[in-house]
Amino acid sequence: MASATGDLHKHRGPGAYWNAHLAGALLGLTLLATFVITGHGLGASGFTTAIAARAAAAVAPVSTASNAYLGSMVAEGRNPLNAWITWQVVGLALGALASALWARRFDWRIDGPTRLRSLPRTAMALLGGVLAGFGARISAGCTSGLGLSGSATLAIAGFVFLAGFFAAGVLSGFMLKRYWQ
Amino acid sequence: MILPLGSAGPLPALALGAAFGFILERGGLGNGCKLTGQLRLEDWTVFNVMFTAIIVAASGLWLLNLAGLMTTADVYVPQALLGAALAGGALVGLGMSVGGYCPGTSVVAACSGRVDGVVFFLGLIAGTLSFAGLFSHLEPRLAAATPLQASTLQELLHVPGWLVILVLAGVAIGVHKLTSRRVVV
Repeated sequence: MASATGDLHKHRGPGAYWNAHLAGALLGLTLLATFVITGHGLGASGFTTAIAARAAAAVAPVSTASNAYLGSMVAEGRNPLNAWITWQVVGLALGALASALWARRFDWRIDGPTRLRSLPRTAMALLGGVLAGFGARISAGCTSGLGLSGSATLAIAGFVFLAGFFAAGVLSGFMLKRYWQ
Repeated sequence: MILPLGSAGPLPALALGAAFGFILERGGLGNGCKLTGQLRLEDWTVFNVMFTAIIVAASGLWLLNLAGLMTTADVYVPQALLGAALAGGALVGLGMSVGGYCPGTSVVAACSGRVDGVVFFLGLIAGTLSFAGLFSHLEPRLAAATPLQASTLQELLHVPGWLVILVLAGVAIGVHKLTSRRVVV
């Protein structure tokens, strides 16, 4: 921590990332505090589901109301964004923004496989998002809600999620390795 | 039990979320190169951050239980629908190797100026809508999977919780020792 802030005064470049175990310990304490305060863990994909339901209801109200998955979320004029997870993800965004600005890491760019141009990078980001969004609904949770928070309660489902995540991720990661330097 | 406090208000949600986002960004988890570097086994940051966090939080929950302040029954434990957890986890892992992020880290990436993080986030919404569109076909299969009687590892294995946490800590330390030479900064 000291070196991360100390570096700011020495160099004009971005500050260093925290040690992974320090970040992990602080994340664990934040997660523990979340359990103590609310009775549940941290999440992310609950928010994208709420946005999807809200957007679908705005664009196609009739078919959204009759949809077996989204219907109950928007029934009786309910706003799915009026939920704990919305505030938590707004906080997540603000915390990440503050950290990036403070460490001089905020920089508009298109990141992705280093050997690809901007357009294929963007297409891969979109495809990856679709796969992850679909997958997180099958498992009813993502890396945060099920992998991290579920595993912290020693839930079998959390560790099974992580096993699937790392197995498929590493397999496809090696298949895509040639697009990275 | 005294705990959990059972708060559902926006202010704790904002504060806890802000800590979550700050730590993820500081840990480098808004950086798609580092995230996918884990999947190429070149950078072990994701594993080290996640497993340390799981062990710290699980130890805290165990201590609170020991102190008689909060039991496992007082916190949300996801159901053990193993096929769904495995298939969903695999798709989220594939999504990360292809697109660079997972749902939470795409928000962190977007908030550090990464346009691909914004695009990934839009993809998440499209993926969720695709799932909703196919839900009537998927539901019979998802509903057919009966959850295990046990929901936690200690119930499944009939061992005390501290032993599960100790084994996890052993795995985390072992993996770190084996891989620490290969960490890319």
